Amino acid sequence: MTNRRLTWRAAVLEAARQETPSARTLVLRVPDWPGHLSGQHVDVRLTAPDGYSAQRSYSIASAWQDGGTVELTVQRVEDGEVSSYLTDDLQVGQPLELRGPVGGWFVWRNAPPPVLLVAGGSGVVPLMAMIRARGDVRGRQPFRLIYSVRTPQDALYVNELARRVRDDPGLDVRFVYTRKAPDGWPDPPGRLTVATINTYGWPPDFAPDVFVCGPTSFVEAAADILVALGHDPKKIRTERFGGTS
Amino acid sequence: MSEHELDGNAMAGDLREVFAVDVTTAVATCGGCGEPSVVARLRVWGPAPGLVARCPSCDDVVLRLVRGPERAWLDLRGAVSLQVAMPPLSTVAEG
Repeated sequence: MTNRRLTWRAAVLEAARQETPSARTLVLRVPDWPGHLSGQHVDVRLTAPDGYSAQRSYSIASAWQDGGTVELTVQRVEDGEVSSYLTDDLQVGQPLELRGPVGGWFVWRNAPPPVLLVAGGSGVVPLMAMIRARGDVRGRQPFRLIYSVRTPQDALYVNELARRVRDDPGLDVRFVYTRKAPDGWPDPPGRLTVATINTYGWPPDFAPDVFVCGPTSFVEAAADILVALGHDPKKIRTERFGGTS
Repeated sequence: MSEHELDGNAMAGDLREVFAVDVTTAVATCGGCGEPSVVARLRVWGPAPGLVARCPSCDDVVLRLVRGPERAWLDLRGAVSLQVAMPPLSTVAEG
């Protein structure tokens, strides 16, 4: 990363994908993008004709490839003035102000240890960037993702995750459903538990790098469970979002 | 209030406009309890452009950042120190 000061850039929406009824992936073309690490985020700024502006942070969903695009997956939030514009109104070809990439702490740098990813809702976005980056570099370190969603319909990237798990013996995904589970699912709907992390995570002895992302209450609950199971707090990196609006 | 709670990761963009390095990876030592924390771990309340970052151990305010149209205010009185990782001295001359 360069040491120059950061400024806002004009990005253009090149394409968009609807991930769920309320989540949309924006594929952005950003001139002179310096590249990014998986887990980093950008700030998005919207400015109204009267000068009023609003700014929000969004995690980057894509792994960087030279000459490529930058993808953000935005979850619509009730009464969210920025998110609803990005999910419903922004049209292909329209510009968007972007500042980034930023954040050097919640990032995966192709390090040797196994990795445990714990996602709550749209907290899966930066973790998906890590899964994609590992796929691109053909990383040998095994990854496990524990992904908590309200219902099966709320899960992002379902088909891609299924394909990656099928093709890659080094990747495992376990869903946790908090409100409604699919038919035949072995566990009743409920919050993430010690048993789930113990069964589907890595043992602390493996000293995995752990990344937890989600709403504050989810992140705190998951981090408490991990520490109680014996994981080194220094190996647990967290990112909370306050229901980005 | 916790609905709008973020963490220091969310300050990366505003801080990076002010500083030449990524301050979210720096370690801030709390003036209240003396606990050192990576800035990314501080508990942050927004929304931007006014952010208040508190110590995860004692909840004291460590850092305040307000970004105005033409200036930024950074209040660091709650931090005893900010420890920033730097490249080794020998490479500075080359760069």
